[in-house]
Amino acid sequence: MSPRDAAGGLIVVDRLTVNYDGGAPVLIDVDLTIEPGDLVGIVGPSGSGKSTLLKAMLGTVSPVSGSVRRASGLAVGLVPQVETIDWNFPVTVAECVGMARARGLRMPWITKGERLEIASVLERLGMVGLGGRHIRELSGGQQQRVFLARALFTNAQVIFLDEPTSGLDVRTRHDVLHLLDDLNADGLTIVLTTHDLNGIAAHLPTVVCLNRSVIGAGSPEEVLVPDVLERTYGSPMEVLEHGGMRVVVDSPIDANVTPLRRRTAGESA
Amino acid sequence: MSWAELIRPYEFEFFRNGLYVATIAGALCGVVGCYVVLRNMSYIGHGLSHSIFGGYAVAGLAGVNLFLGAGIWGVITALAVGGIVRRRPIGSDAAIGVVTTASFALGLALVQIYGSPGRNADALLFGNVLGVTNSDVLLILGVALATAAIVFFFYRQLLFTTFDSQVAAATGVRTAWIDALLMIVLSATVLATMNVMGVTLIAATLVVPAVVARMLTDSFGKMLALSAVIGAVSGFVGMNASYHLDVASGPTIVLTSACFFIVAYVFGGRFRRRAGSVAHAH
Repeated sequence: MSPRDAAGGLIVVDRLTVNYDGGAPVLIDVDLTIEPGDLVGIVGPSGSGKSTLLKAMLGTVSPVSGSVRRASGLAVGLVPQVETIDWNFPVTVAECVGMARARGLRMPWITKGERLEIASVLERLGMVGLGGRHIRELSGGQQQRVFLARALFTNAQVIFLDEPTSGLDVRTRHDVLHLLDDLNADGLTIVLTTHDLNGIAAHLPTVVCLNRSVIGAGSPEEVLVPDVLERTYGSPMEVLEHGGMRVVVDSPIDANVTPLRRRTAGESA
Repeated sequence: MSWAELIRPYEFEFFRNGLYVATIAGALCGVVGCYVVLRNMSYIGHGLSHSIFGGYAVAGLAGVNLFLGAGIWGVITALAVGGIVRRRPIGSDAAIGVVTTASFALGLALVQIYGSPGRNADALLFGNVLGVTNSDVLLILGVALATAAIVFFFYRQLLFTTFDSQVAAATGVRTAWIDALLMIVLSATVLATMNVMGVTLIAATLVVPAVVARMLTDSFGKMLALSAVIGAVSGFVGMNASYHLDVASGPTIVLTSACFFIVAYVFGGRFRRRAGSVAHAH
């Protein structure tokens, strides 16, 4: 991954500007190149354009100017935010994974060959024997893996994940991160968005700091530095070393993060 | 009631035709209703049938084929609702409320001024087995076969678009085209069912079997099959009840499916809770 350094990546975002319905630009002159085998985390504050950048790379949002070029025949998969899923929708795990192969005329039922493939994908993700379960009957980590399995079932070369660890506990988040690392080691290119600087971004090989434009891109050591973080988030942050890892903390000099005033018993409401 | 009395209406061609239409329409609405319910668009069946009533009146006035004119009107209405929702910050329920009630009001006004084209307005509003002809049977059969073919060949695209439209679009499914196809199927279903069910009760035929099936299964494929069976049985039983109770066919069919709902509500929840607790226990 690099910000506009190659013309031959899997996905090349070139001076991309996007807005919705003629409003203020959500992305301005964004340059980014996704290379085969990348594992990239896009971080930034709410409204910084992270999800829009994913949509632009997926081709579901049209640019106002600039372009997104995808390698010819590139197969992509998307793992949505779990908050957007209707968990009461009547689909079993196998049905959910199987719907991914929807293009063209196909048999409505999952064929014998597809059933074996689904079982293999589920086994790879540690979900053996869960194909008949309803998606609501799974744990948080398993629910995330179902949609990862669905993306893998499309034989995607690049998988995009929108906030994959949102709402997960620390241990499950850790499991998902390691799973993504294993898939990446097997050759899968992964691009994800995250709010979690310490739990996710600091562990990734490549981080992109985004706030409508790319503020910084590179390894966590290069990008997770006070200057880039302040320009990305609009407030000062400090970076500490802890056990060989970078840990980003709010700066105590920022007025926004001073401790909340607590009412004492004598104060009126 | 003796067996002879029970099967007596089968001697009449109009009843047999009505029975065919009601049973096929029940299965058809059961299938289409699954997509309607799961897309949280239960109101559109109600709205679309009302809208088509407007198209029926306009087609009569314009002197064009009533079914063709009303069908085209229905499709335009459904696409207009979809277009408004996509282009303006308006919910689908509100868009349906505006477009289809305006169309229904136009139909009522035209019927009052110029009279009802073809059948009388009451038959269109509440359903009438006496009005069912051989061509109605062929129409519903054609719509049912076309719908079955569409659901068969586009099953996964319809499911993916219904469940997760954004991801479906991102992975190459033409979701706008699939949405439009579903609206066309829905319009044709409402149009072909209108004679037996009546404008005011079609929505229930679309919604109730699907809701009952949803309460009985967590699998989409099984829900689709169950909903078709419940719809067909409701149509068959309701049509027989209509004759023997001397009540319009629409209400008896809806009341039959409502009985299914009560049974599923009382017993289905217990079954599902038990199944759920077993699943969680492992």
